[in-house]
Amino acid sequence: MTRRSRSALAEPAPVRWLLTAVTLAFLALFLLLPLVLIFAQAFAHGLDAFAHALEDDDTWASIKLTLLTAAIAVPLNTVFGVAAAWAIAKFEFRGKSLLTTLIDLPFSVSPVIAGMLFVLLFGRNGWLGPWLAEHDIKIIFALPGIVLATVFVTFPFVARELIPLMQAQGTEEEQAALTLGASGWRMFWHVTMPNIRWGLLYGVLLCNARAMGEFGAVSVVAGHIRGLTNTMPLQIELLYNDPGEYSAAFAVASLLALLGFVTLALKNFLEWRHGDELAALRGRG
Amino acid sequence: MPRAPRPARSPRRALPGFGLSLGFTLTYLSLLVLIPLAALFVRAAGLGVQGIWQELLSERLQHALLLSFGGALTAAAINTVFGSLIAWTFVRYEFPGKRLFHAMIDLPFALPTAVAGIALTTLYAEHGWLGAPLAQLGIKVAYTQLGIIVAMVFIGLPFVVRTLEPVLEDAEKQLEEVAATLGATRRQTVLHIILPAVLPALLTGAALAFARAVGEYGSIIFIAGNVQNISEIAPLLIMIRLDEFNYPAATALACAMLVLSFIVLFAINLMQAWARRHD
Repeated sequence: MTRRSRSALAEPAPVRWLLTAVTLAFLALFLLLPLVLIFAQAFAHGLDAFAHALEDDDTWASIKLTLLTAAIAVPLNTVFGVAAAWAIAKFEFRGKSLLTTLIDLPFSVSPVIAGMLFVLLFGRNGWLGPWLAEHDIKIIFALPGIVLATVFVTFPFVARELIPLMQAQGTEEEQAALTLGASGWRMFWHVTMPNIRWGLLYGVLLCNARAMGEFGAVSVVAGHIRGLTNTMPLQIELLYNDPGEYSAAFAVASLLALLGFVTLALKNFLEWRHGDELAALRGRG
Repeated sequence: MPRAPRPARSPRRALPGFGLSLGFTLTYLSLLVLIPLAALFVRAAGLGVQGIWQELLSERLQHALLLSFGGALTAAAINTVFGSLIAWTFVRYEFPGKRLFHAMIDLPFALPTAVAGIALTTLYAEHGWLGAPLAQLGIKVAYTQLGIIVAMVFIGLPFVVRTLEPVLEDAEKQLEEVAATLGATRRQTVLHIILPAVLPALLTGAALAFARAVGEYGSIIFIAGNVQNISEIAPLLIMIRLDEFNYPAATALACAMLVLSFIVLFAINLMQAWARRHD
Protein backbone atom coordinates (compact mmCIF):
# COMPACT_ATOMS: atom_id res chain seq x y z
CA MET A 1 0.00 0.00 0.00
CA THR A 2 1.33 3.40 -0.83
CA ARG A 3 2.01 5.87 1.83
CA ARG A 4 -0.76 8.12 0.69
CA SER A 5 -3.47 5.48 0.86
CA ARG A 6 -2.31 4.41 4.31
CA SER A 7 -2.68 7.96 5.53
CA ALA A 8 -6.21 7.97 4.17
CA LEU A 9 -7.16 4.87 6.18
CA ALA A 10 -6.10 5.98 9.62
CA GLU A 11 -5.37 9.22 11.35
CA PRO A 12 -1.73 10.19 11.90
CA ALA A 13 -0.42 9.11 15.30
CA PRO A 14 -0.51 12.58 16.90
CA VAL A 15 -4.19 12.91 15.95
CA ARG A 16 -4.91 9.48 17.43
CA TRP A 17 -3.16 10.39 20.67
CA LEU A 18 -4.94 13.70 20.85
CA LEU A 19 -8.40 12.14 20.34
CA THR A 20 -7.68 9.43 22.90
CA ALA A 21 -6.44 12.00 25.38
CA VAL A 22 -9.51 14.19 24.92
CA THR A 23 -11.81 11.17 25.34
CA LEU A 24 -10.10 9.99 28.51
CA ALA A 25 -9.92 13.49 29.99
CA PHE A 26 -13.61 14.08 29.24
CA LEU A 27 -14.67 10.77 30.81
CA ALA A 28 -12.44 11.24 33.84
CA LEU A 29 -13.58 14.80 34.54
CA PHE A 30 -17.21 14.37 33.60
CA LEU A 31 -18.08 10.87 34.79
CA LEU A 32 -15.41 9.49 37.10
CA LEU A 33 -14.84 12.57 39.24
CA PRO A 34 -18.50 12.92 40.37
CA LEU A 35 -18.53 9.24 41.37
CA VAL A 36 -15.30 9.55 43.34
CA LEU A 37 -16.60 12.70 45.00
CA ILE A 38 -19.74 10.96 46.31
CA PHE A 39 -17.71 8.35 48.19
CA ALA A 40 -15.11 10.90 49.32
CA GLN A 41 -17.86 13.07 50.83
CA ALA A 42 -19.72 10.11 52.34
CA PHE A 43 -16.62 8.99 54.24
CA ALA A 44 -15.18 12.48 54.81
CA HIS A 45 -15.82 12.21 58.55
CA GLY A 46 -14.85 8.60 58.91
CA LEU A 47 -16.65 5.29 59.09
CA ASP A 48 -18.39 6.08 62.37
CA ALA A 49 -20.03 9.20 60.99
CA PHE A 50 -21.08 7.21 57.93
CA ALA A 51 -22.66 4.46 60.02
CA HIS A 52 -24.26 7.04 62.30
CA ALA A 53 -25.87 8.81 59.32
CA LEU A 54 -27.48 5.57 58.22
CA GLU A 55 -28.82 4.77 61.70
CA ASP A 56 -31.29 7.64 61.53
CA ASP A 57 -34.91 6.40 61.73
CA ASP A 58 -36.18 8.54 58.84
CA THR A 59 -33.31 7.39 56.66
CA TRP A 60 -34.09 3.75 57.48
CA ALA A 61 -37.75 4.36 56.64
CA SER A 62 -36.71 5.84 53.28
CA ILE A 63 -34.51 2.82 52.49
CA LYS A 64 -37.39 0.46 53.29
CA LEU A 65 -39.83 2.50 51.20
CA THR A 66 -37.46 2.51 48.22
CA LEU A 67 -37.00 -1.26 48.43
CA LEU A 68 -40.77 -1.81 48.76
CA THR A 69 -41.54 0.47 45.80
CA ALA A 70 -39.02 -1.30 43.58
CA ALA A 71 -40.31 -4.69 44.77
CA ILE A 72 -43.77 -3.80 43.44
CA ALA A 73 -42.94 -1.71 40.36
CA VAL A 74 -40.17 -3.86 38.86
CA PRO A 75 -42.12 -7.18 38.78
CA LEU A 76 -45.13 -5.36 37.28
CA ASN A 77 -43.05 -3.91 34.46
CA THR A 78 -41.25 -7.23 34.01
CA VAL A 79 -44.51 -9.12 33.43
CA PHE A 80 -45.62 -6.35 31.11
CA GLY A 81 -42.29 -6.39 29.25
CA VAL A 82 -42.45 -10.15 28.64
CA ALA A 83 -46.10 -10.01 27.52
CA ALA A 84 -45.51 -7.04 25.21
CA ALA A 85 -42.38 -8.61 23.71
CA TRP A 86 -44.20 -11.92 23.17
CA ALA A 87 -47.05 -10.21 21.28
CA ILE A 88 -44.80 -7.88 19.28
CA ALA A 89 -41.92 -10.22 18.47
CA LYS A 90 -43.77 -13.46 17.75
CA PHE A 91 -46.87 -12.27 15.89
CA GLU A 92 -47.79 -10.03 12.99
CA PHE A 93 -50.64 -7.61 13.49
CA ARG A 94 -51.75 -4.18 12.37
CA GLY A 95 -50.58 -1.19 14.37
CA LYS A 96 -47.49 -3.01 15.65
CA SER A 97 -45.08 -0.13 15.04
CA LEU A 98 -47.52 2.30 16.65
CA LEU A 99 -47.68 0.04 19.70
CA THR A 100 -43.87 -0.07 19.88
CA THR A 101 -43.73 3.73 19.70
CA LEU A 102 -46.37 4.08 22.43
CA ILE A 103 -44.44 1.74 24.74
CA ASP A 104 -41.42 4.07 24.42
CA LEU A 105 -43.55 7.16 25.06
CA PRO A 106 -42.78 7.46 28.80
CA PHE A 107 -39.11 8.04 27.90
CA SER A 108 -39.98 11.34 26.24
CA VAL A 109 -42.23 12.59 29.03
CA SER A 110 -40.56 14.64 31.76
CA PRO A 111 -40.61 12.78 35.11
CA VAL A 112 -42.26 15.83 36.67
CA ILE A 113 -45.08 15.63 34.13
CA ALA A 114 -45.33 11.87 34.78
CA GLY A 115 -45.92 12.51 38.46
CA MET A 116 -48.30 15.34 37.65
CA LEU A 117 -50.51 13.03 35.52
CA PHE A 118 -51.35 11.00 38.61
CA VAL A 119 -51.90 14.10 40.74
CA LEU A 120 -54.42 15.32 38.14
CA LEU A 121 -56.22 11.98 38.29
CA PHE A 122 -56.06 11.07 41.97
CA GLY A 123 -55.08 14.28 43.81
CA ARG A 124 -57.30 16.38 46.07
CA ASN A 125 -58.51 18.45 43.10
CA GLY A 126 -58.17 15.58 40.63
CA TRP A 127 -60.88 13.75 38.72
CA LEU A 128 -61.18 10.89 41.13
CA GLY A 129 -60.08 12.95 44.15
CA PRO A 130 -63.50 13.50 45.75
CA TRP A 131 -64.56 9.86 45.28
CA LEU A 132 -61.26 8.61 46.76
CA ALA A 133 -61.59 10.98 49.71
CA GLU A 134 -65.13 9.73 50.36
CA HIS A 135 -63.96 6.14 50.47
CA ASP A 136 -60.87 7.05 52.46
CA ILE A 137 -58.45 5.73 49.84
CA LYS A 138 -55.08 7.49 49.68
CA ILE A 139 -53.13 7.35 46.44
CA ILE A 140 -51.34 10.68 46.22
CA PHE A 141 -48.96 11.37 49.14
CA ALA A 142 -48.96 7.62 49.78
CA LEU A 143 -47.40 4.37 48.56
CA PRO A 144 -49.81 3.72 45.62
CA GLY A 145 -48.94 7.09 44.05
CA ILE A 146 -45.21 6.48 44.48
CA VAL A 147 -45.56 3.07 42.84
CA LEU A 148 -47.67 4.45 39.96
CA ALA A 149 -45.15 7.22 39.23
CA THR A 150 -42.27 4.73 39.41
CA VAL A 151 -44.04 2.28 37.08
CA PHE A 152 -44.61 5.11 34.57
CA VAL A 153 -40.98 6.26 34.38
CA THR A 154 -39.59 2.70 34.22
CA PHE A 155 -42.34 1.47 31.89
CA PRO A 156 -40.33 0.68 28.70
CA PHE A 157 -37.10 -0.77 30.17
CA VAL A 158 -37.83 -4.52 30.09
CA ALA A 159 -39.94 -4.44 26.91
CA ARG A 160 -37.24 -2.50 25.05
CA GLU A 161 -34.56 -5.07 25.83
CA LEU A 162 -36.75 -8.09 25.05
CA ILE A 163 -38.45 -7.03 21.80
CA PRO A 164 -35.31 -6.96 19.57
CA LEU A 165 -33.94 -10.07 21.27
CA MET A 166 -37.12 -12.13 20.76
CA GLN A 167 -37.52 -10.83 17.23
CA ALA A 168 -34.01 -12.02 16.39
CA GLN A 169 -34.72 -15.46 17.84
CA GLY A 170 -37.77 -16.10 15.66
CA THR A 171 -40.39 -18.74 16.38
CA GLU A 172 -38.86 -22.01 15.11
CA GLU A 173 -37.86 -23.40 18.49
CA GLU A 174 -41.24 -22.70 20.04
CA GLN A 175 -43.00 -24.29 17.12
CA ALA A 176 -40.83 -27.39 17.43
CA ALA A 177 -41.79 -27.67 21.11
CA LEU A 178 -45.48 -27.40 20.23
CA THR A 179 -45.13 -30.00 17.50
CA LEU A 180 -43.56 -32.32 20.04
CA GLY A 181 -46.67 -31.92 22.18
CA ALA A 182 -45.66 -29.33 24.78
CA SER A 183 -48.40 -27.17 26.24
CA GLY A 184 -48.25 -23.42 25.81
CA TRP A 185 -46.91 -22.67 29.28
CA ARG A 186 -44.47 -25.58 29.17
CA MET A 187 -43.12 -24.28 25.87
CA PHE A 188 -42.79 -20.80 27.39
CA TRP A 189 -40.92 -21.91 30.52
CA HIS A 190 -38.70 -24.52 28.87
CA VAL A 191 -37.96 -22.95 25.48
CA THR A 192 -38.61 -19.21 25.50
CA MET A 193 -37.42 -18.34 29.01
CA PRO A 194 -33.98 -20.01 28.75
CA ASN A 195 -33.48 -18.15 25.47
CA ILE A 196 -34.30 -14.72 26.83
CA ARG A 197 -33.08 -15.00 30.43
CA TRP A 198 -29.94 -12.87 30.04
CA GLY A 199 -31.74 -10.16 28.10
CA LEU A 200 -34.50 -10.27 30.70
CA LEU A 201 -32.03 -9.93 33.56
CA TYR A 202 -30.38 -7.03 31.73
CA GLY A 203 -33.70 -5.21 31.36
CA VAL A 204 -34.71 -5.90 34.96
CA LEU A 205 -31.38 -4.51 36.22
CA LEU A 206 -31.81 -1.24 34.33
CA CYS A 207 -35.47 -1.01 35.37
CA ASN A 208 -34.54 -1.59 39.00
CA ALA A 209 -31.75 1.00 39.00
CA ARG A 210 -34.12 3.63 37.65
CA ALA A 211 -36.97 2.56 39.97
CA MET A 212 -34.84 2.90 43.09
CA GLY A 213 -33.31 6.17 41.93
CA GLU A 214 -36.34 7.98 40.51
CA PHE A 215 -36.60 11.49 41.90
CA GLY A 216 -38.69 13.92 39.82
CA ALA A 217 -41.84 11.85 39.37
CA VAL A 218 -41.84 10.57 42.93
CA SER A 219 -41.15 14.06 44.24
CA VAL A 220 -44.48 15.26 42.76
CA VAL A 221 -46.65 12.48 44.16
CA ALA A 222 -44.94 11.74 47.49
CA GLY A 223 -45.57 14.97 49.37
CA HIS A 224 -42.24 14.78 51.26
CA ILE A 225 -43.60 13.44 54.53
CA ARG A 226 -40.53 12.65 56.65
CA GLY A 227 -40.27 9.01 57.66
CA LEU A 228 -43.47 8.16 55.75
CA THR A 229 -43.37 8.99 52.05
CA ASN A 230 -39.73 9.93 51.53
CA THR A 231 -37.88 7.50 49.29
CA MET A 232 -34.08 7.46 49.34
CA PRO A 233 -33.65 10.12 46.63
CA LEU A 234 -36.13 12.40 48.43
CA GLN A 235 -34.35 11.77 51.72
CA ILE A 236 -31.07 12.77 50.02
CA GLU A 237 -32.64 16.06 48.93
CA LEU A 238 -33.95 16.71 52.44
CA LEU A 239 -30.60 16.00 54.08
CA TYR A 240 -28.65 17.93 51.44
CA ASN A 241 -30.73 21.07 52.02
CA ASP A 242 -30.06 20.87 55.76
CA PRO A 243 -26.57 22.38 56.31
CA GLY A 244 -25.89 20.13 59.31
CA GLU A 245 -26.70 16.94 57.43
CA TYR A 246 -24.51 17.52 54.40
CA SER A 247 -22.37 14.41 54.78
CA ALA A 248 -25.41 12.33 55.78
CA ALA A 249 -26.87 13.25 52.38
CA PHE A 250 -23.74 11.86 50.74
CA ALA A 251 -23.84 8.76 52.95
CA VAL A 252 -27.32 7.89 51.62
CA ALA A 253 -26.24 8.96 48.12
CA SER A 254 -23.29 6.59 48.31
CA LEU A 255 -25.68 3.66 48.84
CA LEU A 256 -27.55 4.55 45.66
CA ALA A 257 -24.26 5.19 43.86
CA LEU A 258 -23.17 1.71 44.95
CA LEU A 259 -26.40 0.31 43.49
CA GLY A 260 -25.61 2.10 40.23
CA PHE A 261 -22.06 0.80 40.33
CA VAL A 262 -23.19 -2.80 40.88
CA THR A 263 -25.77 -2.42 38.09
CA LEU A 264 -23.04 -1.24 35.72
CA ALA A 265 -20.70 -4.04 36.75
CA LEU A 266 -23.40 -6.70 36.22
CA LYS A 267 -24.43 -5.12 32.93
CA ASN A 268 -20.85 -5.23 31.66
CA PHE A 269 -20.41 -8.77 32.96
CA LEU A 270 -23.55 -9.85 31.07
CA GLU A 271 -22.33 -8.15 27.90
CA TRP A 272 -18.96 -9.86 28.22
CA ARG A 273 -20.20 -13.32 29.25
CA HIS A 274 -23.39 -13.55 27.19
CA GLY A 275 -22.58 -11.00 24.52
CA ASP A 276 -23.50 -13.39 21.70
CA GLU A 277 -26.99 -13.92 23.12
CA LEU A 278 -27.43 -10.21 23.64
CA ALA A 279 -26.05 -9.29 20.21
CA ALA A 280 -29.51 -8.42 18.97
CA LEU A 281 -29.62 -5.65 21.53
CA ARG A 282 -26.59 -3.89 20.18
CA GLY A 283 -27.80 -3.93 16.60
CA ARG A 284 -30.70 -1.59 17.13
CA GLY A 285 -30.35 2.01 16.14
CA MET B 1 -21.37 -16.19 5.25
CA PRO B 2 -23.47 -18.57 3.10
CA ARG B 3 -26.76 -19.34 4.68
CA ALA B 4 -29.17 -22.19 4.15
CA PRO B 5 -32.46 -20.91 2.78
CA ARG B 6 -34.88 -20.42 5.62
CA PRO B 7 -37.92 -22.64 5.68
CA ALA B 8 -41.07 -20.82 4.73
CA ARG B 9 -42.62 -19.10 7.73
CA SER B 10 -45.22 -21.20 9.41
CA PRO B 11 -48.76 -19.92 9.27
CA ARG B 12 -49.36 -16.79 11.31
CA ARG B 13 -50.48 -17.01 14.91
CA ALA B 14 -49.34 -20.59 15.17
CA LEU B 15 -48.02 -19.88 18.65
CA PRO B 16 -50.40 -19.63 21.59
CA GLY B 17 -50.87 -16.63 23.83
CA PHE B 18 -51.43 -13.89 21.28
CA GLY B 19 -54.77 -12.78 22.71
CA LEU B 20 -53.58 -12.96 26.30
CA SER B 21 -50.27 -11.13 25.78
CA LEU B 22 -51.65 -8.42 23.48
CA GLY B 23 -54.72 -7.94 25.67
CA PHE B 24 -52.60 -7.54 28.77
CA THR B 25 -50.17 -5.23 26.96
CA LEU B 26 -52.93 -2.94 25.71
CA THR B 27 -54.76 -2.86 29.06
CA TYR B 28 -51.61 -2.12 31.05
CA LEU B 29 -50.42 0.49 28.54
CA SER B 30 -53.82 2.20 28.50
CA LEU B 31 -54.29 2.26 32.25
CA LEU B 32 -50.82 3.47 33.15
CA VAL B 33 -49.75 5.64 30.23
CA LEU B 34 -52.42 6.46 27.66
CA ILE B 35 -55.37 7.32 29.91
CA PRO B 36 -53.28 9.50 32.29
CA LEU B 37 -51.77 11.34 29.29
CA ALA B 38 -55.17 11.75 27.66
CA ALA B 39 -56.53 13.10 30.94
CA LEU B 40 -53.87 15.82 30.87
CA PHE B 41 -54.95 16.96 27.41
CA VAL B 42 -58.64 16.76 28.30
CA ARG B 43 -57.95 19.01 31.28
CA ALA B 44 -56.04 21.40 29.02
CA ALA B 45 -58.96 21.42 26.59
CA GLY B 46 -61.17 22.35 29.53
CA LEU B 47 -59.11 25.54 29.91
CA GLY B 48 -59.95 26.54 26.36
CA VAL B 49 -57.59 28.14 23.86
CA GLN B 50 -58.06 31.48 25.59
CA GLY B 51 -57.23 30.04 28.98
CA ILE B 52 -54.09 28.25 27.79
CA TRP B 53 -52.94 31.32 25.88
CA GLN B 54 -53.39 33.44 28.98
CA GLU B 55 -51.14 31.09 30.94
CA LEU B 56 -48.53 30.96 28.18
CA LEU B 57 -48.26 34.76 28.14
CA SER B 58 -46.56 34.68 31.52
CA GLU B 59 -43.00 35.94 31.22
CA ARG B 60 -41.78 33.52 33.87
CA LEU B 61 -43.20 30.57 31.94
CA GLN B 62 -41.64 31.72 28.67
CA HIS B 63 -38.23 32.08 30.33
CA ALA B 64 -38.50 28.59 31.78
CA LEU B 65 -39.47 27.04 28.44
CA LEU B 66 -36.74 28.91 26.59
CA LEU B 67 -34.15 27.81 29.15
CA SER B 68 -35.22 24.15 29.09
CA PHE B 69 -35.39 23.88 25.31
CA GLY B 70 -32.38 26.10 24.58
CA GLY B 71 -30.33 24.29 27.21
CA ALA B 72 -31.35 20.83 25.99
CA LEU B 73 -30.54 21.70 22.36
CA THR B 74 -27.15 23.13 23.37
CA ALA B 75 -26.39 20.08 25.49
CA ALA B 76 -27.45 17.76 22.66
CA ALA B 77 -25.11 19.63 20.30
CA ILE B 78 -22.19 19.36 22.75
CA ASN B 79 -22.96 15.68 23.26
CA THR B 80 -23.06 15.11 19.52
CA VAL B 81 -19.49 16.44 19.19
CA PHE B 82 -17.97 14.77 22.25
CA GLY B 83 -20.14 11.65 21.91
CA SER B 84 -18.91 11.07 18.33
CA LEU B 85 -15.34 11.65 19.41
CA ILE B 86 -15.68 9.19 22.31
CA ALA B 87 -17.47 6.56 20.21
CA TRP B 88 -14.80 6.90 17.52
CA THR B 89 -11.95 6.49 20.02
CA PHE B 90 -13.50 3.37 21.54
CA VAL B 91 -14.37 1.71 18.23
CA ARG B 92 -11.20 2.46 16.31
CA TYR B 93 -8.32 2.77 18.79
CA GLU B 94 -6.68 0.55 21.37
CA PHE B 95 -5.34 1.96 24.62
CA PRO B 96 -4.70 0.74 28.17
CA GLY B 97 -7.72 0.76 30.49
CA LYS B 98 -10.11 0.77 27.53
CA ARG B 99 -12.56 -1.74 29.06
CA LEU B 100 -12.80 0.15 32.32
CA PHE B 101 -13.36 3.51 30.69
CA HIS B 102 -15.86 1.95 28.32
CA ALA B 103 -17.87 0.55 31.22
CA MET B 104 -18.07 4.06 32.68
CA ILE B 105 -19.98 5.54 29.76
CA ASP B 106 -23.29 4.18 31.09
CA LEU B 107 -22.75 5.73 34.51
CA PRO B 108 -25.28 8.55 33.94
CA PHE B 109 -27.91 5.85 33.19
CA ALA B 110 -27.16 3.97 36.38
CA LEU B 111 -26.58 6.84 38.79
CA PRO B 112 -29.83 8.20 40.28
CA THR B 113 -30.46 11.78 39.19
CA ALA B 114 -30.57 13.26 42.69
CA VAL B 115 -27.21 11.66 43.44
CA ALA B 116 -25.74 13.02 40.22
CA GLY B 117 -27.27 16.38 41.06
CA ILE B 118 -25.66 16.82 44.47
CA ALA B 119 -22.35 15.38 43.21
CA LEU B 120 -22.15 17.78 40.27
CA THR B 121 -23.15 20.72 42.46
CA THR B 122 -20.47 19.95 45.06
CA LEU B 123 -17.91 19.39 42.31
CA TYR B 124 -18.58 22.72 40.58
CA ALA B 125 -19.39 24.84 43.64
CA GLU B 126 -17.07 27.75 44.41
CA HIS B 127 -14.79 25.65 46.62
CA GLY B 128 -15.36 22.37 44.78
CA TRP B 129 -12.69 20.24 43.14
CA LEU B 130 -13.47 21.71 39.71
CA GLY B 131 -15.28 24.84 40.84
CA ALA B 132 -12.23 26.32 42.61
CA PRO B 133 -9.82 26.16 39.63
CA LEU B 134 -12.59 27.38 37.31
CA ALA B 135 -13.33 30.28 39.65
CA GLN B 136 -9.67 31.32 39.36
CA LEU B 137 -10.26 31.62 35.63
CA GLY B 138 -13.36 33.68 36.34
CA ILE B 139 -15.79 30.94 35.27
CA LYS B 140 -18.75 30.28 37.51
CA VAL B 141 -20.60 27.02 36.85
CA ALA B 142 -22.71 26.09 39.86
CA TYR B 143 -25.93 28.09 40.33
CA THR B 144 -25.76 29.52 36.78
CA GLN B 145 -27.16 28.59 33.38
CA LEU B 146 -23.79 27.01 32.62
CA GLY B 147 -24.40 24.57 35.49
CA ILE B 148 -27.69 23.55 33.87
CA ILE B 149 -25.87 22.78 30.61
CA VAL B 150 -23.22 20.76 32.47
CA ALA B 151 -25.93 18.61 34.11
CA MET B 152 -27.76 18.18 30.79
CA VAL B 153 -24.54 17.11 29.04
CA PHE B 154 -23.86 14.63 31.86
CA ILE B 155 -27.20 12.83 31.56
CA GLY B 156 -27.31 12.90 27.75
CA LEU B 157 -23.82 11.63 26.91
CA PRO B 158 -24.48 7.85 26.94
CA PHE B 159 -27.36 8.18 24.46
CA VAL B 160 -25.09 9.52 21.70
CA VAL B 161 -22.17 7.17 22.37
CA ARG B 162 -24.36 4.05 22.67
CA THR B 163 -26.35 4.78 19.52
CA LEU B 164 -23.26 5.57 17.48
CA GLU B 165 -20.99 2.69 18.49
CA PRO B 166 -22.77 -0.22 16.77
CA VAL B 167 -23.08 1.81 13.54
CA LEU B 168 -19.38 2.74 13.58
CA GLU B 169 -18.51 -0.90 14.23
CA ASP B 170 -20.59 -2.01 11.26
CA ALA B 171 -19.42 0.79 8.96
CA GLU B 172 -17.67 -0.90 6.09
CA LYS B 173 -13.96 -0.42 6.17
CA GLN B 174 -13.93 -1.56 2.56
CA LEU B 175 -15.53 1.67 1.44
CA GLU B 176 -12.83 3.59 3.25
CA GLU B 177 -10.18 1.45 1.56
CA VAL B 178 -11.73 2.12 -1.83
CA ALA B 179 -11.78 5.83 -1.12
CA ALA B 180 -8.14 5.67 -0.05
CA THR B 181 -7.14 3.73 -3.16
CA LEU B 182 -8.87 6.31 -5.30
CA GLY B 183 -6.66 8.91 -3.69
CA ALA B 184 -8.93 10.46 -1.10
CA THR B 185 -7.27 12.11 1.86
CA ARG B 186 -8.24 11.01 5.36
CA ARG B 187 -10.21 14.18 5.78
CA GLN B 188 -12.18 13.57 2.61
CA THR B 189 -12.84 9.97 3.64
CA VAL B 190 -14.14 11.02 7.04
CA LEU B 191 -16.32 13.80 5.63
CA HIS B 192 -17.70 12.01 2.57
CA ILE B 193 -17.70 8.32 3.48
CA ILE B 194 -17.94 7.91 7.24
CA LEU B 195 -20.04 10.91 8.26
CA PRO B 196 -22.94 10.23 5.85
CA ALA B 197 -23.05 6.59 6.97
CA VAL B 198 -23.35 7.44 10.66
CA LEU B 199 -25.45 10.61 10.35
CA PRO B 200 -28.86 8.95 10.93
CA ALA B 201 -27.57 7.24 14.09
CA LEU B 202 -25.96 10.48 15.21
CA LEU B 203 -29.32 12.25 14.88
CA THR B 204 -31.09 9.46 16.78
CA GLY B 205 -28.58 9.82 19.60
CA ALA B 206 -28.95 13.59 19.63
CA ALA B 207 -32.76 13.25 19.72
CA LEU B 208 -32.62 10.84 22.66
CA ALA B 209 -30.18 13.09 24.53
CA PHE B 210 -32.39 16.10 23.85
CA ALA B 211 -35.58 14.37 24.99
CA ARG B 212 -33.93 13.28 28.21
CA ALA B 213 -32.37 16.68 28.95
CA VAL B 214 -35.45 18.78 28.25
CA GLY B 215 -37.56 17.03 30.86
CA GLU B 216 -34.75 16.35 33.34
CA TYR B 217 -35.31 17.50 36.89
CA GLY B 218 -33.24 15.70 39.54
CA SER B 219 -29.73 16.25 38.26
CA ILE B 220 -30.43 19.90 37.35
CA ILE B 221 -32.29 21.54 40.23
CA PHE B 222 -29.41 21.27 42.69
CA ILE B 223 -26.85 22.91 40.39
CA ALA B 224 -29.24 25.37 38.71
CA GLY B 225 -29.66 27.96 41.46
CA ASN B 226 -33.32 28.20 40.42
CA VAL B 227 -33.52 31.99 40.10
CA GLN B 228 -36.81 33.08 38.59
CA ASN B 229 -36.51 34.22 34.93
CA ILE B 230 -32.81 33.26 34.89
CA SER B 231 -32.10 29.69 35.93
CA GLU B 232 -35.55 28.21 36.55
CA ILE B 233 -36.20 25.22 34.25
CA ALA B 234 -39.69 24.33 33.01
CA PRO B 235 -40.08 21.10 35.06
CA LEU B 236 -39.27 23.06 38.22
CA LEU B 237 -41.89 25.69 37.36
CA ILE B 238 -44.46 22.89 36.92
CA MET B 239 -43.44 21.60 40.35
CA ILE B 240 -43.88 25.08 41.87
CA ARG B 241 -47.33 25.52 40.29
CA LEU B 242 -48.42 22.10 41.54
CA ASP B 243 -47.30 22.99 45.06
CA GLU B 244 -49.47 26.11 44.83
CA PHE B 245 -52.39 23.94 43.61
CA ASN B 246 -52.41 26.14 40.49
CA TYR B 247 -53.41 23.26 38.23
CA PRO B 248 -54.37 25.38 35.16
CA ALA B 249 -50.88 26.90 34.96
CA ALA B 250 -49.19 23.52 35.53
CA THR B 251 -51.40 21.89 32.89
CA ALA B 252 -50.76 24.60 30.28
CA LEU B 253 -46.99 24.41 30.84
CA ALA B 254 -46.95 20.59 30.77
CA CYS B 255 -48.90 20.56 27.48
CA ALA B 256 -46.62 23.20 25.99
CA MET B 257 -43.57 21.11 26.96
CA LEU B 258 -45.00 17.90 25.53
CA VAL B 259 -46.11 19.54 22.28
CA LEU B 260 -42.78 21.36 21.82
CA SER B 261 -40.81 18.16 22.55
CA PHE B 262 -42.79 16.25 19.97
CA ILE B 263 -42.23 19.02 17.41
CA VAL B 264 -38.46 18.93 18.01
CA LEU B 265 -38.37 15.13 17.89
CA PHE B 266 -40.45 15.18 14.71
CA ALA B 267 -38.06 17.71 13.13
CA ILE B 268 -35.09 15.49 14.03
CA ASN B 269 -36.97 12.57 12.49
CA LEU B 270 -37.38 14.54 9.25
CA MET B 271 -33.66 15.37 9.24
CA GLN B 272 -32.98 11.69 9.69
CA ALA B 273 -35.17 10.73 6.74
CA TRP B 274 -33.33 13.37 4.71
CA ALA B 275 -29.93 12.00 5.83
CA ARG B 276 -30.97 8.45 4.88
CA ARG B 277 -32.04 9.56 1.41
CA HIS B 278 -28.72 11.30 0.85
CA ASP B 279 -26.68 8.45 2.22
